Amino acid sequence: MRRVVVTGLGMVTPLGCGVDITWQRLLSGKSGAGRVENFDVSDLPAKIACQLKRGDGTDGTFNPDQWMEPKEQRKVDDFIIYAMAAARQALDDADWHPTSYEDQCASGVLIGSGIGGLQGIAETALLLQERGPRRVSPFFIPGRLINLAGGYVSIEHGLKGPNHAVVTACSTGAHAIGDAARLVAFGDADVMVAGGTESPINRLAMAGFAACRALSTSYNDTPEKASRPYDRDRDGFVMGEGAGVVVVEALEHALARGAKIYGEIVGYGLSGDAYHITAPSEDGDGAFRCMTAALKRAGITPAEIDYINAHGTSTMADEIELGAVQRLLGNSAATVSMSSTKSAIGHLLGAAGAVEAIFSLLAIRDQIAPPTINLDNPSIETPIDLVPHTPRERRIDYALSNSFGFGGTNASVVFKRYAH
Amino acid sequence: MSDIAERVKKIVAEHLGVEPEKVTENASFIDDLGADSLDTVELVMAFEEAFNCEIPDDAAETILTVGDAINFLEKNAA
Repeated sequence: MRRVVVTGLGMVTPLGCGVDITWQRLLSGKSGAGRVENFDVSDLPAKIACQLKRGDGTDGTFNPDQWMEPKEQRKVDDFIIYAMAAARQALDDADWHPTSYEDQCASGVLIGSGIGGLQGIAETALLLQERGPRRVSPFFIPGRLINLAGGYVSIEHGLKGPNHAVVTACSTGAHAIGDAARLVAFGDADVMVAGGTESPINRLAMAGFAACRALSTSYNDTPEKASRPYDRDRDGFVMGEGAGVVVVEALEHALARGAKIYGEIVGYGLSGDAYHITAPSEDGDGAFRCMTAALKRAGITPAEIDYINAHGTSTMADEIELGAVQRLLGNSAATVSMSSTKSAIGHLLGAAGAVEAIFSLLAIRDQIAPPTINLDNPSIETPIDLVPHTPRERRIDYALSNSFGFGGTNASVVFKRYAH
Repeated sequence: MSDIAERVKKIVAEHLGVEPEKVTENASFIDDLGADSLDTVELVMAFEEAFNCEIPDDAAETILTVGDAINFLEKNAA
């Protein structure tokens, strides 16, 4: 099978629109959380979220008009606009703009979302109720379908290769990148534009996740403190939004065109809990098996892992993941750094795994582990360095990114510092 | 220009994201203004909404240009 590398990165996150600005702010310990102001939260238990900062596009603000024409924006849910932004950034970064029919057919898209267009579904259901079926827009269906993020990206950039989408809740982004790497390794495509996108910050999703008792509700007056993975005072995750997209490319193809290489995708593992619809199995068996599978595919021992970007949502499940990682690492637990960047950007659901894969690649590039902010008092003693508050400069040759989703769906991806 | 014509042109320019001066009565939604078949369905819905009338599917199929829409609505709008 062919070796597979990452040659382009793009993201839209609550810390900023763009990879560099997000990474700078992440390393400086900033939080993307704030009070929700754009819709009524007075009757919702969670009144905070990590939202995109909208503006004219300067200073890291997100200006949708830069990424999609206003007349097209009207037809789609935000998750599609976020994907368009991240995908164009990634393709520009990779300097891959196929124009020949052959190159276009060798370039595909695999972008997923955990939920898709909930906002539009909610609004259209009300419209149907109040005004009847003749008022339902012809763009209602294509503007909500999860695979239409990839559909729009393929149309904009002329990508005629495999066009696929993943829907595995909070594991979506990791599965998308892992599956895309396999498509490239198998030769189905030379280049895949892969990642996840999500726009869940609306009343319906906030009410639904609150009903699952998944959201933080004790920090409505201090939102920047709410996402605190591994901390004893954590009380749920903070909803985030945005997108992460990477350009996954066959090594030989990247070398032939002189592309810059962020890292190699060497391992990918998947597992299912077969336990509960929202809770992970308490022994961490699913997480352990998917990390083990990823390491086996990478052909490395647990001791070789330098950095883990944890799933770490700031819920009770944090300790289950930590237990699984300790079991995996055994005596080498003290040599790894593991952080949850959700402490800063919140939980981007279907986009989380893709954004966190990018952070893992940047950790390799810059030889620095981003911090877990708000980790004042760990709820459990561990030999693992959880990188509290400030980033850790250290050697990082291998980074592992974990994602676990509702339904008991788990994915781990291993990235390696690129060497010939 | 009638009031209806002016309103139709405004709706077309807004929905299709085109310059108002391109929205002439001879302009075809698909050939001249960049609409696809879904855009035309939505345009008809926008006319129904704005003029408080119902445009049956068989009539909608004959509305291909800005002028077609103006003519239909001048005859049928409430």
